[in-house]
Amino acid sequence: MTSGPRTPFLRMEGVSKRYGGVTALEDVNFACVPASIHAVLGENGAGKSTLIKIIAGAVQPDEGRLLIGERTVRFTSPVDAAREGIACIFQELSLMPDLSIADNICITNPPQRFGLIDRRAQFRRAEALLARVGCADLHPLELVKNLPLSRRQMVEIAKALGRNPRLLILDEATSALTAADVEKVYAILREMRNEGLAILYISHRMHEIKALADTCSIFRNGRHVETYAQGSHDDEEIVRLMIGRELKLVYPPKPQQRSAIDPVLEVRHLSWQQRLADVSLTVGRGEILGLGGLDGQGQRELLLALFGVLSDQRGDMQMNGAPIRISGPAMAKSTKVGMALIPEDRKTEGLMLPMSIRDNLSLAVLSKLSPRGVVDRAQEARHVDDAVRSLRIRVDDLNNPVSSLSGGNQQKVVIGKWLMTAARIVLLNDPTRGIDVGTKQEIYELLRKLADAGTAIVFYSTDYDELIGMCDRVLILYDGRIVRELSGAMINERSIVAAALNLSDKDASPEAASVGTAA
Amino acid sequence: MIGGVLKSVDKPVLIAAGFIVVVLAIGSTINTSFISPTYLLQQLQVASFLGIISSGMMLVILLGQIDLSLPWTVTTGAMMATAVAQFGPWGVALAIPVGLLCGLVVGIVNGLGYAYLRVPSMIFTLGMNALLLGLMVLYSGGFAPLTRATPLMQFLAVHKSFGIPNALFVWSAVTLALAVMLRTTPFGRYVYAIGNRESAAYLSGVRTRQVIVGCFAINGVTSALGGVMLAGYSTNAYQGMGDAYLLPAIAAIVLGGTSILGGKGQYIGTVVGVLLIVLLQSMLSVMQMPEAGRQIIYGVVIVVMLLVYGRGAKVHS
Amino acid sequence: MTRRDVRLLLARNRGPLLALGVFAVMFGVFLHEHPRQISVNLLTTASNKAVVLALVAMAQTLPVLTRGLDLSVGSIMTMSACASSVLVNGSPSHVAFGIVLVLFGGLAAGTINGAIVVFGRIQPIIATLATGAVYFGIALLLRPSPGGDVSEGLSNALTYAVFGVPSTFLLLIAVLLLVWLPFRHSVLGRGCYAAGSAEGAAYMSGVRVGRSKMAAYMLAGLLSATAGLLLSLVALSGEASAPQSGAYTLNSIASVVIGGTSLFGGSGGMAGSVIGAFVLRTIGDLLFVFDAPPLWQPLFEGIILLGAVSLGAARVLRIKNRLELFT
Repeated sequence: MTSGPRTPFLRMEGVSKRYGGVTALEDVNFACVPASIHAVLGENGAGKSTLIKIIAGAVQPDEGRLLIGERTVRFTSPVDAAREGIACIFQELSLMPDLSIADNICITNPPQRFGLIDRRAQFRRAEALLARVGCADLHPLELVKNLPLSRRQMVEIAKALGRNPRLLILDEATSALTAADVEKVYAILREMRNEGLAILYISHRMHEIKALADTCSIFRNGRHVETYAQGSHDDEEIVRLMIGRELKLVYPPKPQQRSAIDPVLEVRHLSWQQRLADVSLTVGRGEILGLGGLDGQGQRELLLALFGVLSDQRGDMQMNGAPIRISGPAMAKSTKVGMALIPEDRKTEGLMLPMSIRDNLSLAVLSKLSPRGVVDRAQEARHVDDAVRSLRIRVDDLNNPVSSLSGGNQQKVVIGKWLMTAARIVLLNDPTRGIDVGTKQEIYELLRKLADAGTAIVFYSTDYDELIGMCDRVLILYDGRIVRELSGAMINERSIVAAALNLSDKDASPEAASVGTAA
Repeated sequence: MIGGVLKSVDKPVLIAAGFIVVVLAIGSTINTSFISPTYLLQQLQVASFLGIISSGMMLVILLGQIDLSLPWTVTTGAMMATAVAQFGPWGVALAIPVGLLCGLVVGIVNGLGYAYLRVPSMIFTLGMNALLLGLMVLYSGGFAPLTRATPLMQFLAVHKSFGIPNALFVWSAVTLALAVMLRTTPFGRYVYAIGNRESAAYLSGVRTRQVIVGCFAINGVTSALGGVMLAGYSTNAYQGMGDAYLLPAIAAIVLGGTSILGGKGQYIGTVVGVLLIVLLQSMLSVMQMPEAGRQIIYGVVIVVMLLVYGRGAKVHS
Repeated sequence: MTRRDVRLLLARNRGPLLALGVFAVMFGVFLHEHPRQISVNLLTTASNKAVVLALVAMAQTLPVLTRGLDLSVGSIMTMSACASSVLVNGSPSHVAFGIVLVLFGGLAAGTINGAIVVFGRIQPIIATLATGAVYFGIALLLRPSPGGDVSEGLSNALTYAVFGVPSTFLLLIAVLLLVWLPFRHSVLGRGCYAAGSAEGAAYMSGVRVGRSKMAAYMLAGLLSATAGLLLSLVALSGEASAPQSGAYTLNSIASVVIGGTSLFGGSGGMAGSVIGAFVLRTIGDLLFVFDAPPLWQPLFEGIILLGAVSLGAARVLRIKNRLELFT
């Protein structure tokens, strides 16, 4: 839809940014053109987030300059960037949970009357914007903290639109959305693009980029590698440009389908609040059991329930035939049960960011490393070195805080911590979300290796490709219930999508198979 | 080797230590006996009381919590110990253990309030402070209690062995024990983990509730121990004796480089912080500064030192 | 307003409404059981005692909304009361000038607090701990021993009633309407809620977090000074009493919690804190009315305080996903 060059709305020249000894961006030249959707690709640590933060005014470059039109601009804070018409939607939402939707949407430039905020005008503005993003059912006075994550992201998008931006930046903005909402967002973005908005779009998902982008830019190791029109490179070439070497995303081979499951854990009639209803399942030795379905159907709660985090849950659990009631993560971790949970949010649930890499790695097995009440440092060092080696975690110094690592390496630390416990059952809550391709590959191989050695794995993923590529069986949840169990050849995109939407197999139409994935 | 030792100590501690030198220098210009060994030893003795009380509080602050029931825990420990001491030889023997037991109970209740009820520790301990005040008023009948400290309490608080105040030995023993625990045991690591990110520690299988109750319990014991020692020093217990220790304890811990938000701090820092506070207060009294001036200088010094090294991160994203 | 609007409004104000209900019951019992007749005098005395604490609680509300704390409110109040006992006397113009000075002093103290917290980036709890010592020191300088001279005319005016409603109570309502209501709906005021709810997100959204926090601490200083002024008028003197100062600070925190404002910031308001203060003050009155033995009164007060703040803040009973217990 673009033909010929147009004057860019925003340009970067020679921009560099360093954090301590790490170069985030090196001599980057970059341009955003109006009326186009411009995707930015790259591995974790490639510099995409830093690029965005500089444009958004949250971070100042060490060298280089930004230009809007022909003017050089300096953003000292997001307020400056906002004034130039730059609006951002980040992966970490910028909403205030205790405030209402209307307050959040109109937070930057509220309508005012006699020096005070005009609440009625604010309400009407919020109503209009919510309707525009297809969420007219939301009441503007509802508090954001009472909304599920996918609704919050829609409010975030409404908020950005309300600023009448000239440049809209989305950083993994659709990661939490349901499939239906994703379609709505695509439509809005295309509409706005046609109206002349410049859109910058960071995503790890190739389907999205293919569906939306006009132009793509690839970043690698802080450098702008290439910008090309969408469609002029195929997948392999793109991956190669991103990683700089030949790499195919290949899932490790699955073993022959077994006839019988050797059950390690059995769950009967598990219910919790309104989020889980009568869930019964079996987890077998050496198998990778997938959990799928639309976001927010109870998959996260199911994993937490298994790990003992939820109180007041009803139903029975059995391990190796004997009934058991897991009272909390401490008991789940114990040798009697032998469970591990790789949680959803590594920054707030998996790691103590300011603490050292070594301390984070050894946290789960400290009591085992202290037979006489004092931590055996030599043994700890051996375990930690083992984990770093076998997981190929890229570290300079184990004493550095774990916050200094890239996202993929941080996730490896979380996994490494749990591997040390030699767990029999490993639960994973969307472990590869927001992780670069190279690390994803390593995690897949690791999981299959564990399964082959006899570990039972329960794997929740929002990426259908992963479920299809990795799992021996897949359970689809809908509304807190298991609506479908798929195994063998039945694990394909069509069945998964149909089950996720709670359609029976004969209802599954060809169109259903081409619905944008929930990932 | 000195370089190695210095590197392992946080910068704030070194700055605070430097400040101590400054205070000593200023004090010595006013009155040269300020830096005489006898005077310094006396200061160390006084510092021991604050030091003992602060050592437990540091654990609670490392967790990211706070204990505002410190004043009346100190007083309760003192009053109960001196009360029990009236009951003949058995009483004398049991005085200190009973005092410590009271502190332990208070600490456990505080810990339970946060760990199980999830009431923010600031307000739960606030309520506990009021509760303890009420209990002690009821017990003492509103009058100053006519109790006396036991010889053992006086021995520990007032007397010297080998020329060094016994109180200093007690402080050193408590600090050493807690510092070793923090550095070498899993419990110590868990304290830092919880202070940094309680949810991640919980999900990693750490028995966070036990650790929390444990820290508050230790704090209760050290507070009561401080009270017992103070009672030994002044030979009896009196109402409100703990009030003057809450703010200096918090100040000493924070000036020693421990973050008030939790997760960061070393014991050596608290020791340095206590010494700094005590020397500062004593310098002000040597200068014959009226109470008003003392308060002002006290506050200003804390703010200045925090501006030098206690600043938080800029809010970026 | 639709039914949904009403439901939302009630749900958001659940805390203060509950506190109001508790207070209504308590005060009703107090009035009913009081040995003497309900009289204007009675209401005035009760109001005077409560309004001072209510003002300090209002002061504390703002920093708490920003997820901070102001441990110097009691000291600013004491400093203002002592300043008032020196300045607020003499001719009417002298009195007026004195009032302005006292209030200005509180504003200045609040500004210093805000500057240290916002520009110094020092944690509020320790910053205000330190500044509180400084302000108390100033109070001691102004009034080394209790006494002083406070305008009797003004004192009389403020301790009487207008059409049966105690004038101090009217003052409180006036402050709520003229100070709180506009602030709450101003950009600065909403910025306080935003900063307390999610400071990083607020910053990224272009909220001027620094300015809002400054405003919060400045207003806190001003309101604390108002409380001190009123206290001096009620007591007809000034006194730099450390126990009293500390008690007011701690009670202000308790009032804020009882009134439904979250210590984690982002939700609540001054109305709730006022109610919380009234609840706290009525506890003592109730104990008196029920002839509780005087020695038992502090204990009962302590138990009730502990129970009230625990109930207000205990989240474990409502939250079924233990992961949500950690903020």
